[in-house]
Parts: sequence; C-alpha cells; structure tokens
Amino acid sequence: MSTDRHDISVTVNGTVYRRNVEARLLLSDFLRHDLLLAGTHVGCEHGVCGACTVIYDGVAIRSCLTFAAQTDGHDIMTVEGLGTPENLHPLQEAMRECHGLQCGYCTPGVLMTMKVFLEETPSPDEAQIREALSGNLCRCTGYQHIVEAVQLAAQRLQHPSSLQHPTQK
Amino acid sequence: MKPAPFKYVAAHTLAQALALKAEYGDEARFLAGGQSLVPTMNFRLTQPAVLIDINPVEECAGVRKANGSQVRIGALTRYRVLERDPATARDLPLIAEALPHIAHPQIRNRGTIGGNLAHADPASELPAIVTALGGRLHVQSRSGERWIAAADFFVGALTTALEPDEMLTEIELPVAEPKSGSCFIEVSRRRGDFALIGVACTVQLDEDGECEDARIALCNAGETPIFAKEAAQSLIGRIVDADAVDQAAALVQGGIDPGGSIHASKDFQKHLAGVLTKRALNSANERARASAERSPT
Repeated sequence: MSTDRHDISVTVNGTVYRRNVEARLLLSDFLRHDLLLAGTHVGCEHGVCGACTVIYDGVAIRSCLTFAAQTDGHDIMTVEGLGTPENLHPLQEAMRECHGLQCGYCTPGVLMTMKVFLEETPSPDEAQIREALSGNLCRCTGYQHIVEAVQLAAQRLQHPSSLQHPTQK
Repeated sequence: MKPAPFKYVAAHTLAQALALKAEYGDEARFLAGGQSLVPTMNFRLTQPAVLIDINPVEECAGVRKANGSQVRIGALTRYRVLERDPATARDLPLIAEALPHIAHPQIRNRGTIGGNLAHADPASELPAIVTALGGRLHVQSRSGERWIAAADFFVGALTTALEPDEMLTEIELPVAEPKSGSCFIEVSRRRGDFALIGVACTVQLDEDGECEDARIALCNAGETPIFAKEAAQSLIGRIVDADAVDQAAALVQGGIDPGGSIHASKDFQKHLAGVLTKRALNSANERARASAERSPT
C-alpha cells in the first residue's frame, strides 16, 4: 500500500507547527519524534497507563490513541508547555516538595491530567483526586505522595500566599 | 506497537461520512473516540484499510429530548458530556450510575456513546444498559435509515447488526418514569477495568407497590449483553421481596453461560451474577418506592 500522508497545522504549547504526517502516525510519536518534545512519555501504547496524556483542546486525552492527522487545526499542550525549570508550575513545585515522583516516568501524564482536573475542580477532596488519578499508573510512589502534591497545588492555586507544605507545622 | 498503514479520510458532515462508508464498505472503519479501536490497531489485531474520521461531524453529537418520554443521544456524544449533564442524571439515572465505571477520565473525555455501542464489546457497560432500558438505535446509510431495538443490535462478540454501508447515528432511551427505579452494579478487579460481571436493571411499580415491569441485563456474561427476560418477568405482579429477588437471581444464574477467564472462573462469574442481581434489584426496588413516595399520584 502506498503511504497515505496528510498536511497538518497544529498548535502545540502556543507554537503553530506545519508538518506532513503519515496517516498512521500516533500523536505521541509525532510529539516525540517530529517535534522533539520528548516530555510526553510512551508507556503501554494502548491507553492503559496514562503516561502519554496531553491536553487536547482543553481536555486531557491519551496521545497514543489519537492520530497526528486528527490534530489538524487543534490545540495541544504538553508538559513542555506547563512550566520551565526556572519557573515551575505550582503542580510541578508541589510534586517536587511532596516527593510525588521517584522514577518520573508517569509524571508528565500525571501533571497534564491534574492540570485540567484542578481547573475543573479547584477544591477537590482526596476521593476526587484519587478518582481523577485512576487513569495514570505509577509503580513507584503508591500514589500517596502524588495525592498530597495535588492537595498542596490546589491550595496554592486557590490561595497563592499559602506556601506551606501540608506536613509542615 | 504501531498501527499498520491505512488511508485516513476525515468526514465533516453526516452525508460525507455515509458516502465514504458506501464507497469503502467493509474495508473502512469509522474513527470516533478511538478508545477501543486504536488499541486494537496498535496491537495490529485490527488492520482496516481505511479510517473514516467522524469526529468533525458535529451534527451527530449532543443530547436532546425527542418528546416528554424519550431522550436521544447523538452517537458522537462523548461520555464526559453525559457525565456533566444534569439532565442525564435526572432522566437517565442508570446511565449516570454506570458512567464512572467506564474506564478512566481521559478515556471518557474522548470515548463516544455510539463508538462504544458499535464496538459491541460484551464486557462493556453501555451495551447492557441500553438493553436493560429497552433503547432503540438509529442507523443510517446513503440509501436509507432504520431503527434497531437494542436487544437485536448486538449479534455476537464485537459484532452488530450494522450493514457494511451503515452508521450508528443516534440512541433513543426512555426517560425514567415516576414509581420506577434502576440500578447498575459491577465487580471489577480494579477501578476502571472491565467488569467480571455487571448487572443493570429497572423496576417499575404500580399503584399497589407491586412490580409492573422489570428489565435485567448483564455485561460480560456471554457473547453479547445478556437480556435476562425470564428472570425479569418472574417479578411482574409481585412485591419485590426477598423471595422474588432470590427467584429472579436464580433464573439469571441458570440462564447465562459466561466465558470464564484467568481472572474469574465461569462458576465465580455465575456466583457474582446471582449476588449482583439481588443487590441491583433490591436497590432498584427501593429507589422505585422512594420515587413513588415523591409522586403519589
């Protein structure tokens, strides 16, 4: 079969990219290999692990279950658009402070999922956080520290002046 | 894991989608949310020659009330829309109760109602629910349209009554009536996993609190969603008490032949089907009674 290719114009982290992509190219591979945005991690490639989660038109989705060709005219945000090492997003700061990661493989997916979750649910309880996290597998932390990080980030996003770690007195 | 090569075509209107399906037939699959189809393509279990992307077909998304007693859900409506829709919680409580069990938030953000039903996975929740509700599915092709009863739509595992040129476009479900109650319960190994067994049921009471109508359907209990007609009919004309529920549960257990798996033997699935049927019927009956108290006409 001859290769089916498509011209796309997609906005990623505020930059418009025009590329010609093969129909079967997954969005996850497009981001990593074509745009060299390797912060989006590829875990299971069948929609189970959540490591590849990105924000697509404001909604958290699995980039391994979406084709790059489907993103023509759409808006994508990856972990590279969340913060920089010098200027971390409150979620990233909280993950660092609460030890919300060990190996870090699942972290970009967790961050992108939680970013949208906290916008929709600014004051979540623990059960809501755990439900929202249910689509992101983490094999290191046991989730407890991620939940604490999300709680801290929620608190800071709501009240930017409260900088204390929840376990500090 | 990468999908095998295919030709990608985006449809922007329903007419375009139907024309493309008429042209490519069995060679083509519709790409809706892709949350079931794309994993099978990544594993190369499915290798369609053509994907017709229907995500841009906005006319097929959204929920509307057809008349006072029916709700119509466009096939491209995503789970997340129903989850956030207060009218769904009120009119279709059985769907609202099942939604949190369907996979995970990111999957529900993208997955569509029609895509789920057309995929026809017998372990999935929605096929059993539209069967329990006695829903109808609207199917269109370039040359015509028809309505298919949910019970007739699912003909085997991953197999529906859709012809190669047809597309599922809308789902019609009855609004929950006064003096009725419904319940969905499943047991899965982890939150969001497919159910080992799931039970959906509805109970409609009459003026005297006796069961006027009941419907029961199960997921992952066979090759299709299982409509437990005999068990449901055994309740009609009776007070839904412990004896009635025990009898219905026994009829459900006797009427299913679940496949069994490494995670749950056939016997365990049958055991679950009995236990969950009892719990679901008791809960639906209690809800129907509560509904009758709220509307004592």
